[in-house]
Amino acid sequence: MSFLALVRQQLSLAYANKLDWLTPLLFFALVIMLFPLALGGSPQALASVAPGLLWVAALLATLLSLDSMFRGDHDDGTLELWLASQASLLRYAYAKLISHWLMYALPLVLLSPLLGYGLNLPVSALPVLVLSLLLGSVSLVWIGAVGVAITSGIKYNSFLLALLVLPFYMPILIFGASAVDVAAQGWSALGPLYLLAALAVLALTFAPLAVAKALKLSLN
Amino acid sequence: MNPILKWLYQWAVPHFVYPRIQAWLPWVGLLASSLLLVGLGWGLMFAPADYQQGDAFRIIYVHVPAAWLSMLVYMAMTLMAISVLVWRIQLAELALIASAPIGAAFTLMALFTGAIWGKPMWGAWWVWDARLTSELILLFIYLGIFALYHAIEDKRQAAKAASLMTVVGVVNIPIIHYSVIWWNTLHQPPSLSKLDTPSIHPDMLWPLLITLLAFKLLFVWMLLLRLRTELVLRYPKSAWVQALIKPNDNKEPKL
Repeated sequence: MSFLALVRQQLSLAYANKLDWLTPLLFFALVIMLFPLALGGSPQALASVAPGLLWVAALLATLLSLDSMFRGDHDDGTLELWLASQASLLRYAYAKLISHWLMYALPLVLLSPLLGYGLNLPVSALPVLVLSLLLGSVSLVWIGAVGVAITSGIKYNSFLLALLVLPFYMPILIFGASAVDVAAQGWSALGPLYLLAALAVLALTFAPLAVAKALKLSLN
Repeated sequence: MNPILKWLYQWAVPHFVYPRIQAWLPWVGLLASSLLLVGLGWGLMFAPADYQQGDAFRIIYVHVPAAWLSMLVYMAMTLMAISVLVWRIQLAELALIASAPIGAAFTLMALFTGAIWGKPMWGAWWVWDARLTSELILLFIYLGIFALYHAIEDKRQAAKAASLMTVVGVVNIPIIHYSVIWWNTLHQPPSLSKLDTPSIHPDMLWPLLITLLAFKLLFVWMLLLRLRTELVLRYPKSAWVQALIKPNDNKEPKL
């Protein structure tokens, strides 16, 4: 099977549960809605904390979407067949990750300018917000997948997953939020954006290796 | 077989290692505790007080050795993790798991003594300084590895998962560390940094060197102690453990 066909297969499998892609998106929007209610809705106060809020909410939504990534394939034996067929688990991991990112992370990125506008973020900072989430969400999904793969044999693992993955999300959060923050103050956000891009390249290159190794270990 | 390799291999055999751990434990313990006593006694009572910080600086003799170890233990765990993933050495699995809580404890100790030191010096128990933050993240990484090991029932598989997590962590720790530093320079950096004294007087330095060595030996002692327990727990059915449980039964020597 060609790699593209593999990605398409994964996408159609994920789309079989039709509303699955919507839940992280709704979570993202609802969490953002909580803050104007909690902070009293003063435009200046909201705008000053908006970059951090948007990034934390997007990060948590991505984290929650990760949980089920390998669960089905682990439980119904698909992974064992992949391992037995001598096909590269790396290919499987890349296909899975790309389809997961398209399905769950990309909608978050696309929704973010609307929510940013709602939080009184300056319009000039919205492109930077989208770009930072576009680069950052790649790292979030790819690094998070390592944690998911390591915990894929464990039954109730969502807290454990958060404990394992969140420390590694901190650099992404730091650069992502600071890019938006800098842009909102009217300066060039290129520095943190380059760092986000570098992290994304690192994650794209190395994380699938760890994912494949962890999946192999979890099947024993 | 190469004689050096053969000599090395026997250190991966549980019933070869166990009696040696048993024999070393009291000596390492004795050396560690006497060095601790000398280092801490000298540092806390006889070293001169700092001209700026007064007697408050003396917490350095606990804080700095603990902080060093918090990172050193992680490096040791990485070596063990590589031995697990590449050579599948069971003893390294046990040593890795034995080390994780010790590393977490030293990290907690560094954070706690740092807070006690920070209160009189900076006026706050906690600030989001780069070093403090990355040390806190390190604590969570230790706890994550430990929690992961205990969440998986099959202990061999659990140890392999924990090893992989350790290796992933070591790749990320420099990234986390520098990101935290840059994050602080983007905002206002704290005006005080912890150890910007250009040099330290020999009367203060010597006890520090002694406590640094003493803490390292303390780690080795704790590791051996935990490793001994892990060994017995991992191989409860083996002949040598059975022989340990019934030491007076000399009719059928099983070892």
